Amino acid sequence: MRIVCPFCGERELGEFTYLGDAKPVRPEAGASEDEVFDYVYLRDNVAGQTSEYWYHGGGCRAWLKLTRNTLTHEISSVEPAAGVGARQAVK
Amino acid sequence: MTSQSHRLTSGGLIDRSASLNFRFDGKAFSGFQGDTLASALIANGIKLVGRSFKYHRPRGILTSGSEEPNALVELRTGARREPNTKATTAELYEGLEAASQNRWPSLRHDVMSVNQLFAPIFVAGFYYKTFMWPAKFWEAIYEPAIRRAAGLGRAAGVADPDHYDKAWAHCDVLIAGSGPAGLAAALAAGRAGARVILCEEDFSLGGRLLSDGGTIDGVPAAEWLSRTLAKLADMPDVRIMPRTTLFGVYDGGTYGAIERVNDHLPSPPEHQVRQRLWRIVARRCVVAAGAIERPIVFAGNDTPGVMMASAMRTYIARYAATPAKRVALFTNNEDGWRTVETALGAGLQIAAVIDARPDISPAHRSLASKSAFPVLHGSVTGVDGGKDGVRKIAVSLTGDARAEVEADGLAVSGGWNPAVGLTSYHRGRPKWRDDIAAFVPDGAPPGMVAAGAANGDFGLSACLSQGFAAGAAAARDAGHSGKAGTAPVADDEAFSLTPLWHVAGKGKAFVDYQHDVTASDIELAQREGFESVEHLKRYTTLGMATDQGKTSNVAGLAIMAAVSGRSIPETGTTIYRPPYVPVAIGAFAGHHRDETFHATRLTPSHHWAVEQGAVFVDTGLWKRAQWYPRAGEKDWLDSVTREVKAVRGGVGFCDVSTLGKIDVHGPDAGAFLDRVYINTFSNLAVGKARYGLMLREDGMVYDDGTTSRLAEDHYFLTTTTAKAGLVMQHLEFCRQVLFPELDVQLTSVSDQWAQFSIAGPKTRDLLKEIVDPAEDLSNEGFPFMGAREVRLRGGLKARLFRISFSGEMAFEISVPARFGGAMARNLMLAGAPFGVTPYGTEALGVMRVEKGHIAGPELSGTTTAADLGLGKMMSTKKDYIGRVMAGRKALVAPDRQVVVGIKPTDKARRLRSGAHIIPKGQTPGPDNDQGYVTSVCFSPTSDQWIGLALVERGRERIGEIVHAHDPIRGEDYDVELCNPVFYDPDGGRQRG
Ligand SMILES: [Zn+2]
Repeated sequence: MRIVCPFCGERELGEFTYLGDAKPVRPEAGASEDEVFDYVYLRDNVAGQTSEYWYHGGGCRAWLKLTRNTLTHEISSVEPAAGVGARQAVK
Repeated sequence: MTSQSHRLTSGGLIDRSASLNFRFDGKAFSGFQGDTLASALIANGIKLVGRSFKYHRPRGILTSGSEEPNALVELRTGARREPNTKATTAELYEGLEAASQNRWPSLRHDVMSVNQLFAPIFVAGFYYKTFMWPAKFWEAIYEPAIRRAAGLGRAAGVADPDHYDKAWAHCDVLIAGSGPAGLAAALAAGRAGARVILCEEDFSLGGRLLSDGGTIDGVPAAEWLSRTLAKLADMPDVRIMPRTTLFGVYDGGTYGAIERVNDHLPSPPEHQVRQRLWRIVARRCVVAAGAIERPIVFAGNDTPGVMMASAMRTYIARYAATPAKRVALFTNNEDGWRTVETALGAGLQIAAVIDARPDISPAHRSLASKSAFPVLHGSVTGVDGGKDGVRKIAVSLTGDARAEVEADGLAVSGGWNPAVGLTSYHRGRPKWRDDIAAFVPDGAPPGMVAAGAANGDFGLSACLSQGFAAGAAAARDAGHSGKAGTAPVADDEAFSLTPLWHVAGKGKAFVDYQHDVTASDIELAQREGFESVEHLKRYTTLGMATDQGKTSNVAGLAIMAAVSGRSIPETGTTIYRPPYVPVAIGAFAGHHRDETFHATRLTPSHHWAVEQGAVFVDTGLWKRAQWYPRAGEKDWLDSVTREVKAVRGGVGFCDVSTLGKIDVHGPDAGAFLDRVYINTFSNLAVGKARYGLMLREDGMVYDDGTTSRLAEDHYFLTTTTAKAGLVMQHLEFCRQVLFPELDVQLTSVSDQWAQFSIAGPKTRDLLKEIVDPAEDLSNEGFPFMGAREVRLRGGLKARLFRISFSGEMAFEISVPARFGGAMARNLMLAGAPFGVTPYGTEALGVMRVEKGHIAGPELSGTTTAADLGLGKMMSTKKDYIGRVMAGRKALVAPDRQVVVGIKPTDKARRLRSGAHIIPKGQTPGPDNDQGYVTSVCFSPTSDQWIGLALVERGRERIGEIVHAHDPIRGEDYDVELCNPVFYDPDGGRQRG
């Protein structure tokens, strides 16, 4: 598998670390235990397009958000997660 | 030495000037350069090469390629002995030694062949059925017997002396196979300007051209082949890799290939690897892997001397070796007849052609009459002959008549199966093509296309034109617009086939030769309800041997289809999975073995520590000094005890550079740390350090360490050694993904700083010798938990932290990593008057247990801050990672197991970690298991063994005597629960 890092270009899987589903959003301070529980534990088991976090630890150290099809492994987009990495790169 | 009795006097692609000696089962033979072990055995008249897996039936050579199910041998001797090596692909070399498998005491007289008499119990599903027998019988009698009887060869049993390599390659167009389709593809892609890699598993390039000849572009195939190879050699961007099998395709156009660099030599030349595992990244891939001829299932089809028709051609034409003197052919298609032509051309007799088709071509009819051999319309129903090979062939003719043919070799062709492995590895299911009665690729992984025989188009003309077109298209898709020129041409060849899978008859008819699966096994599986192909495969083990069913799978499906009344496409295929050929684990490991299994990290003072005679311990990738033995010390405990006493009574130092170190910069650095630690850092004064604890978002403790504020917008954070990389990754996640609004940057500086802990009451005396006299190191000028940059004598800048893990008056000092060795030497010099003692990780660990500090064993991923006695650190005034989940009911339950100290009631007893804590007087069991011992040490300060344990309600039970139960070591003893801080509980020493 190869991932096209927006900063480093096309690189091999071994440079990246997978974290998991990029869909859940961390609740605000003061959120209820149930909300945080869902954020920490609840994941969809998707057959098809998913978004997921990958860390380019063997490269630019950016956290990336990949859109990947779990049926074909096709990666349709790779973006800096939350855009913070992109701002850093532009500087 | 036996003469090569079955070698033709001329012809073949062998080098008759290079005679090679080899041994098979101890007997000496000779062959030629260019032989495989199989062709050399055939040239010497050897027909019997092995015994089968279950029934120990005599077996001969069936094929001439990597699909071989029978001719598996132990190749080489000693540490290089490799079982299950295919004689059909093993290149002959001088001194080769091979042994047949599955026989005892000898190949010709194998006692286990009595298994054939027990055949009724070895039927399909035999393993599953046998498991249902009484356990006692299974364990005592059956299993040991099976283990003796089954199995395929013996592993060397000692370490592999050879080296293996792993490498990457990149190209525009990757081509599998160097037959006519592959070479045409390479020509087209190369001319268009693409970077091409062509992998060929054989040591000679050309594929079937080497055996079948033909005419291409008006010249004999051999001439076209040498011209084409010369053209390709002139293209600098075309790389041809012989002895290399493309075995798998992975996501993103990544392919796996195994190159047998030196398997054709007795042992690899010095400094060379035996095999190399390639990962090839290709924009496009043309699979020109050809097709595999398939057997017809009939009684006795495993008799030595029964051989695939194409293999027989190969042995005769390519190797000038004659598998038989008098050949019969059993075919259901046009292509099988080529073997007759080749055999006649070599001067062999044709006993008969048994053709299952209703009619044959006029050309073949006239060939038969010209060469005076009978053509029998019918099928082979049985073969007479044992370990000496085929003698007589029974034929059932159309219209119930029978015939007998006398021959010493039977060539069989049941048609051809395209090699659909590579195209199907991404769960692709091949589709059925009626005209060739075979599965062909139906789509392929992105970027891949099949051409020629691999695509079901067997004729030479089709192979050339399809291969060429595929190569040109692949180059174009990869962005190369050069002119590919025109495709090579050949005459079209007819291919007609009447499907025939199984001929009914008396006796065992084998489908899967390597796993001894017969037609009746498949019928039995169907009767017992295992109709699905995936069930059939597992119930009968069809196609599960090392050959992956290359010659057997489709025939097995066809027989299942027939008995279950379905069509073959309805029956379907099993899922195809890589690797296409067996790949040694050693090749996957490459150089990652023994001392180079992983990278080794050395601390900045490593070389100095080596000079000191330190004993090292592996912690993750690091080598850390564990203790420094001195003359006269009888064991590690002597050394460690001395080191602890030296620190507690004077001064010592320890390299702690392995801690993870992260610089946190930015106006929001404090706010950021507040969110990742349970305690607050934004209010930490500049020049101060604070112990911090991080949770995971699920509320469990993640990591701990000391973080110092060196400037308003600059913190220096440390992590544990084990979590250094993970914490960096976690903090980057928090910074980039969770809290992008914070203006903060993280820099890993773990490798930039050499850090030493200097501890003991004389620490300040030693430091004064090192640090510039202008720096105030007094308790007022540098109080406990102070942290700041200082200047050393000589001008070097260092970071100094007054923190203590040992419980003594202590500092940690950081200098740029390149000065780490010098710093250790300086500390020794400057500390000599104070008796300075270097100490290792063991003494460090002893002192931390004495102080009740938590470390790895307590930070187990299942402990909360409160479990560790650090619950009060959890701020209630802010949000932080893990805060909400840490408040869950079960995580704050009063009966949780918490950290407590333990000491044995018998002061002389040694403690060991891992022992379970049970209430005193109770019989140990899962119901009253109240925790376990996490860390132990011999405490020189307490003069006895002490430890830390996680114990249910432990803090409420200080003073209670409990039972320690250690079933692994068979130890039972009492311990007292106590305050985990054994040494200087009020902390006066570290503040002094
Ligand atoms: Zn990157």
